[in-house]
Amino acid sequence: MRPNVLSLTDAALSLMGNAGRVDILHGITLEVAQGETVGLVGPSGSGKSSLLMLMGGLEQATGGKVAALGQDLTTMDEDALARFRRGNMGVVFQSFHLIPTMTALENVATPLELAGHKDAFARAAAELDAVGLAHRADHYPAQLSGGEQQRVALARASAPRPRILLADEPTGNLDEANGRAIIDLLFGLRDKHGATLVMVTHSAELAARCDRVVHLRDGRIEARA
Amino acid sequence: MTLRLAAKFARRELRGGLHGFRIFLACLALGVAAIAAVGTVRSAIETGLKTQGAALLGGDAEAEFTYRFARNDERAYLDDIADQVSETVDFRSMVVVETNGQTESGLTQVRSVDSAYPLIGSLTLDPPMTIAQAFAGSGDVPGGVMERALTDRLGLVAGDIFKLGNQEFVLSAILAKYPDNASAGFGLGPRTIVLTADLAQSGLITEGTLFSTQYRLDLPPGADLAALESQTETRWRDTGLRWRDARKGAGGTARFVDRIGSFLILIGLSGLAVGGVGVSAAVRAYLQGKTGTIATLKTLGATKATIFQTYFLQIGVLTVVGITLGVFLGAVIPLLLAPILTANLPIPADFRVYPGPLAEAAFYGLLSALIFTLWPLARTEDIRAATLFREAFAAGRRLPAGRYLLVIAGLIALLVGSAVVLTGTAFLTLWTAGGIAGALIILVFAAALARSVARRAGHRVRGQPGLRSALAAIGARNGETLSVTLSLGLGLAVIASVGQIDGNLQRSFSEELPEIAPSYFFVDIQPDQIDGFRARLADDPKVSRVDAAPMLRGIITRINDRPADEVANGHWVVQGDRGLTYSADLPANTKVTAGEWWPADYDGPPQISFSAEEAAEIGLVLGDTITVNILGRDITATITSFREVNFETAGIGFVMSMNPAALAGAPHSWIATVYAEPEAETQILRDLATAYPNITAIRIRDAIDQALELVGGIATGVRYGALATLVTGFLVLIGAAAAGEGARTYEAAVMKTLGATRGRILWSFALRSILLGAVAGTVALFAGIVGGWAVTTFIMDGDYAVIWGNALWIIAGGIFATLLAGLGFALRALGAKPAQVLRARE
Repeated sequence: MRPNVLSLTDAALSLMGNAGRVDILHGITLEVAQGETVGLVGPSGSGKSSLLMLMGGLEQATGGKVAALGQDLTTMDEDALARFRRGNMGVVFQSFHLIPTMTALENVATPLELAGHKDAFARAAAELDAVGLAHRADHYPAQLSGGEQQRVALARASAPRPRILLADEPTGNLDEANGRAIIDLLFGLRDKHGATLVMVTHSAELAARCDRVVHLRDGRIEARA
Repeated sequence: MTLRLAAKFARRELRGGLHGFRIFLACLALGVAAIAAVGTVRSAIETGLKTQGAALLGGDAEAEFTYRFARNDERAYLDDIADQVSETVDFRSMVVVETNGQTESGLTQVRSVDSAYPLIGSLTLDPPMTIAQAFAGSGDVPGGVMERALTDRLGLVAGDIFKLGNQEFVLSAILAKYPDNASAGFGLGPRTIVLTADLAQSGLITEGTLFSTQYRLDLPPGADLAALESQTETRWRDTGLRWRDARKGAGGTARFVDRIGSFLILIGLSGLAVGGVGVSAAVRAYLQGKTGTIATLKTLGATKATIFQTYFLQIGVLTVVGITLGVFLGAVIPLLLAPILTANLPIPADFRVYPGPLAEAAFYGLLSALIFTLWPLARTEDIRAATLFREAFAAGRRLPAGRYLLVIAGLIALLVGSAVVLTGTAFLTLWTAGGIAGALIILVFAAALARSVARRAGHRVRGQPGLRSALAAIGARNGETLSVTLSLGLGLAVIASVGQIDGNLQRSFSEELPEIAPSYFFVDIQPDQIDGFRARLADDPKVSRVDAAPMLRGIITRINDRPADEVANGHWVVQGDRGLTYSADLPANTKVTAGEWWPADYDGPPQISFSAEEAAEIGLVLGDTITVNILGRDITATITSFREVNFETAGIGFVMSMNPAALAGAPHSWIATVYAEPEAETQILRDLATAYPNITAIRIRDAIDQALELVGGIATGVRYGALATLVTGFLVLIGAAAAGEGARTYEAAVMKTLGATRGRILWSFALRSILLGAVAGTVALFAGIVGGWAVTTFIMDGDYAVIWGNALWIIAGGIFATLLAGLGFALRALGAKPAQVLRARE
């Protein structure tokens, strides 16, 4: 039996909005095993992305417990979470979130540098090559197409060889062909590095490629398949 | 039709409130307020000087003579035109006090008066008494009053005895205030007032000593001052009579206030230029946010003109709000500060709302707002409907259409032209405008260079993502680099220039002079005293050099038998009285540059040797004739030589020297400079003051200190003006930092996702502030040094040296300011939760 890399116990998330408190997630209990690929699906506003953010420590749970690689994320402060993410987690967003003032190569090298890798740029170049963008290394995000930007984001997420890959609708802003290429790359990277992948998606086709799909509705896990 | 539609759109858009325009309003209001406040203070002082003109002058009008009293015919004329005449005598002398067997002396500016003094106003004495009571003295000893600065220095209290020349006086009271103080206290010594009659035995006011007499006139009501001036000057011009009247009661002071006021307004204009950078940045940011709206309006059929007018009207409304705010502040702040200002100003000021300076400030505000907003507004024309589907301004970074550039150029010319007319000094205005334009050009290039270097350097940085991200932010196209460099750089450049100019002025007084300057100037040495005077100093081993020359004073009335003022075009040499000397032989260290010095025994028609530099400025040539009025007597001499005279070494320098026979019989005194070691100075002064009480000693150090104090005071005033520019620069900086907050927040969120700690991100933010501040500070320093060098070399005709102490503060100030503004906005960016920031962009 494979050990769990992610473990959520009765996790909850509430945020204070202008109109008062909004409960986003309630009683989420979920475990993800090492090497597993989990798809998070559900209607808009069901809490899929929020759950992914909780797993990545980008959002702090307001109740329950969230643990990753055996460490309790709910007790860590922001800096501890940032340090934890280095080398352990890679995040891919629907809107790519590349740093606009840095080139593709620099974007990919940044997490490696933060983790203190001396060969950050050589590794970044190799990662860009792996996603087929070696020739675009010196281009700024604004000079790349959406598909290319997402490939850079993928390279950046996987460069530190994270044990957990989190992807928030990685194909949401792409056309079908580009979306398919990105998914192939994402799964390829997962296989290559043996990472655990948790992915938010609206695509039934994509969900079908996952080991397990978690359905969310109104901030709760509805059923498991 | 288009305008009405545009007004409708503008009104709808303005419903969104003034968000994003706080800096716009603050920059404009502050710039206008600074100019309005300076103008109001200047008007208050000018009105004060005007309404108090007669009191400051001591009468409705004044006739002044140098070196002599009015002759009988002159006095009769004055008695004839005035209801009452008061005669005063003004001269420098030494107050001598005996304390515990020791002789102490201090330089004083004596005003001796008659019983009619003062014709206007009254004196404030401590203890309170009338001036007649003060002059009554005690027993046989007449009384006098003296300003506190001198009584404190000499340890005098009311009832003590002091001497002026050979005459003893009792100090009746401290002179706290006197009405006829047109020079506002800018004299070499504190004031002593005594009765002229009591000086009869003092040996001070004799022929040949340096004094001037004033005849203050109480004119009949309704007297026509202009007509009287013209009548008097026509009749007495060639006798050396000088006329002043209440219309310009405080002539020199009024001119001084006017000049300083103009200069401060010009500095205020540089503040508006700095504010303009902020205004422009705010408009650009606002319009960038409106790209979608503009593109949508175009999709719906709005023309370029409608779009331009829509936003022009919005910005126009805000401009009016900003200017109104500035005018209000500029009017109210001086009124609120009036009690403090009135108490501290040595001259009268009448604080109230003056529409003139407020309108002037509003006009400047309007022009600069137009200049700085037209550029970004013009670019709304370039926004296409297709922008909705593509990136906004990214591709449209070209210049606005030519017609807008022409209008902007026209507005700049109008602004500079108006400043020339309104400040009344084309020279200063054009220099300032040139300085601001030069600094702006240097700063724009520096910003472009900094961006390019940062971009290149950023790509070479490996292993330090914080530094790379800082360099990338500096190198970014639409980043803060340009606005920070311009606003902070210009503000700091003004401060740096003022610092460099002031520092060089201070240095020229305190460092360069003393090495070659004498310790003391002695004046009023009578011809029968000069040998004894020389003998005392010849025996003193601590005295290295004594120069002495006979001195007379006279006014150049005619050149080649034409009015001197007309020929010399108002040159300073023909303004007022000048010292002149005579000498049989060419003095040592004097070089004749043209012509020949007269033979030692020459006794033909009068000859004159003129200073070469001044002669060249006036346009004199060998053979010209100069008529000098000395004590009411005209002497006409022919120029037979030009010689080099150095006025900068504080030694004896005369523009004019004549052959001895030309001045034979003219009463005169001697002037001497003594070069002695500092420790010997006090004893020399004591000995000479005891032996020759009539001699006046002017310590060069004191004169320099006084000049330094004046220069320092002006520099402080100018610095306050420049500070307003810097505060505006800081506001722009805050605006830039606020505008960049969103980008910082986003960057922080992404960096956190990638594993960067808050400390690391903060360091990256701090680093870009430090680098930008250092760039702005260094460029400002460079601009300041160039400005300081230009003013010192070309306007002040002095030697320039960089004042480094001051310089480093400029760079440190630049770093501190950007750091403060940058980090102020970085903290919120750091505190934002990455998930929320990133998802908000999804």
